[in-house]
Amino acid sequence: MAGDPEGALVELRGITKRFPGGTLANDAIDLDLRRGEILALLGENGAGKSTLMGVLYGLLRPDAGEIRLRGEPVRFRSPRDAIRHGLGMVHQHFMLVPTFTVAENFVLGRPSPRWPLLEDRRAVAARIAGLARRHGLAVDPDARVDRLSVGQQQRVEILKALYRGAEILILDEPTAVLTPQEADELLAVLRGLAAAGRSVVFISHKLDEVLRVADRVAVLRDGRLVATLPAGSTSAPELGRLMVGREVRPSAAARSGERGEPRLVLESVAAADDRGVAALRGVDLRVHAGDIVGLAGVDGNGQRELEEVVAGLRPVLEGRVLLAGRDATAAPVRERLAAGLGYVPSDRHGRALLRDASLADNLVLERVGRSPFSRAGLLDRAAIARHARRLVAAFGVRPAAVDSPAGRLSGGNAQKLVLARALSRDPSVLLVCQPTRGVDLGAVERLHAEILRRLDAGAAILLISTELSEVMALADRILVLYEGRIAGERAGTAATAEELGPLMGGRRAEPARAA
Amino acid sequence: MIRALVAPLAGAAVGLLIGAAIIAASGTDPLVAYRGLVEGALGGPRQLTETALKATPLLTVGLGLTVAFRCRIWNIGAEGQYLAGALAGTTVGLLGQASLPAWALVPLMLAAGLAGGAAWAGLAAWLRLRFGVSEIIATIMLNFVAADAVSYLTRGPLREPGSYLPQTARLEGPARLPTLPGTRLHLGVLLAVVLVPAVHVLLWRTVRGFRLRAIGAAPGVAAAAGMDVAAGIAFALLCSGALAGLAGVVEVSAVQGRLKDGAAADYGFAAILVALLGRLHPAGVLVAAFLFAVLTIGAQAMHSALGLPVALSQVLQVGVILVALVADALARRRTAAG
Repeated sequence: MAGDPEGALVELRGITKRFPGGTLANDAIDLDLRRGEILALLGENGAGKSTLMGVLYGLLRPDAGEIRLRGEPVRFRSPRDAIRHGLGMVHQHFMLVPTFTVAENFVLGRPSPRWPLLEDRRAVAARIAGLARRHGLAVDPDARVDRLSVGQQQRVEILKALYRGAEILILDEPTAVLTPQEADELLAVLRGLAAAGRSVVFISHKLDEVLRVADRVAVLRDGRLVATLPAGSTSAPELGRLMVGREVRPSAAARSGERGEPRLVLESVAAADDRGVAALRGVDLRVHAGDIVGLAGVDGNGQRELEEVVAGLRPVLEGRVLLAGRDATAAPVRERLAAGLGYVPSDRHGRALLRDASLADNLVLERVGRSPFSRAGLLDRAAIARHARRLVAAFGVRPAAVDSPAGRLSGGNAQKLVLARALSRDPSVLLVCQPTRGVDLGAVERLHAEILRRLDAGAAILLISTELSEVMALADRILVLYEGRIAGERAGTAATAEELGPLMGGRRAEPARAA
Repeated sequence: MIRALVAPLAGAAVGLLIGAAIIAASGTDPLVAYRGLVEGALGGPRQLTETALKATPLLTVGLGLTVAFRCRIWNIGAEGQYLAGALAGTTVGLLGQASLPAWALVPLMLAAGLAGGAAWAGLAAWLRLRFGVSEIIATIMLNFVAADAVSYLTRGPLREPGSYLPQTARLEGPARLPTLPGTRLHLGVLLAVVLVPAVHVLLWRTVRGFRLRAIGAAPGVAAAAGMDVAAGIAFALLCSGALAGLAGVVEVSAVQGRLKDGAAADYGFAAILVALLGRLHPAGVLVAAFLFAVLTIGAQAMHSALGLPVALSQVLQVGVILVALVADALARRRTAAG
């Protein structure tokens, strides 16, 4: 390693992890983390970033290799062990109890000093507030977690780690759920933490933010560490090349833009969320054949409800939904699918894929009752397998074993599978939600190309994504969803992040309560 | 498949060892006791027949529950559905035995049993789908209702004329299931065995089974793929209810000869264990039902031959199954973690 071991707080030496089935997720990785630095761990999905950090955080045991902390060899048997040694991790899926307050989440899983009673709520709240002030992470200790925005919940996670005394903070794709403004704030907070002497590992696949925040960048590819570079002396193209192993070209959507008749129309649609609270308040929207409309916005502003209203999974309280010219307001999912809707759900495991079922079974979920996949109610396994082999090859899903469970696929490959299923039915209306969340760069290219190909074939496409760059890259028109309303519309080519950002944030700039 | 059996069998062995210690502590030679158990359950044609008869309702009900549990529908009401089927089938048998021949009456009774069990489960399905009542609660409550209904009917309208016991009149000739000549093995045993491949085909070879398993694995995914989740849930409940009802009428018609108060003998609950121990695979359920029957019949033999207390036999029986389940769970957790 190039780094001087003097300043190394954590030294990973020869970390190797092989999963059952033979995948070599980490191959003899050497990596140092210095005190007070931000180290970006860059790599595609499946490159081994999460595995490596799982090993460091005590979630996984390496097959070979050694971890040294402050020069001493350590072996973490569990995250609890790692936390005791001053590590903290903020996962992509927050580890918070939604119905508990922030303070309650902080005392969760920690021994109480006044056992059997809970720790004193006010003392905890005061400590949280102090910590929040010191690090510029405004948060209300008495607020219920499920009432907080995703960005605020993330602050709670970071604070929780700090509260437990973390000197080393690992963040797994932390900006994936944030607005550009929130992401900027987070990056500033991380810089502050590093300046105060804490060390941060920042897992990401976004080149620009890695370059903005990190001191050094470690690039993983196929389980191997391919480079460790100072952020100041590298560039996005170089990192992209290292990460993917070849040149990456940005997916561009410059097309003729011929529009046909409206295929998907929402007329002042209102709907409620799962708790019965109004989530959509009069949404009007119109997607024409050959048109791709991007719906931007911060997670939790009605995207999920809109998605489900279009798919037929959520009742419409007011207004109408027209699909291919017909009123589909009350039509069940299967009628909409039959009418030409293709659906790529945002919730991969809750809506899109059966983890334990094979790729082949997943690919026929929507039409298993039809010929050639079944006859007289009996499945035709051979036809199902043939169909799967064809699609898996056409979309480059890897590994291509159609009998293996879908849950084993990486994010990118799972998403290819879902898109393949939707497109294999030649939909005239395509509802695509978060198609590239947690997906590596190479696969993003592929997925975007397939979506655009469908567009060229004349489909009407509604793209719902919280990834602003994606919406900007693909959409002809961009609508911003804020608190269940369309807060604004821009032409896709003319829109800038600076312009869309405020629309996405509405007037609900987050109150700095701890100040 | 073979490897899947190692852990539960090893667990069962450990359970038997623990049982041996208990038996030894009560002053009996455990080897003698276990020999009594094995001979009592498997020692000859008569013993094997008894064991098969005991396994039949467990298998029939367990297969139905396998369908429901594969759909993640927790039907805890097989006991009640068994009684509902027994009641419906017995009523048809009593009404028809004076006028109909066996070839007509037996199918009618079996159909009534299937329908009675399905209807009873259908009540729970309706409560679940119409009002969102958990099927667990609904089916448990309906168990009590069914038991009380049988209790009332066998004391009231259906009581055998002139009898003081809470039971119906005897089912006679045409209302009794045919048996293999010279044995007690009846048509119901055959039906249960045939149901093993039938349920396998249903679950893994039909569109309906595919949808059922999809709904069980992730109802949200199934709904997004356009499947009718409510229909799947209803089917799962009706199917498990129907098989429980079938087991009920078979038991009354072939073994008991009449419906008595308290007729269900906990088959509905034991079958839950059987289905889970069989890992919700029809072949596994067959093995589990047979093992369960061996332990039951063997324990009875141990009791009658050696004078071991019945309670001890039951403790042994339940203990073996419990340890087997624990071993199975541990083994699965290890494979999941590895």
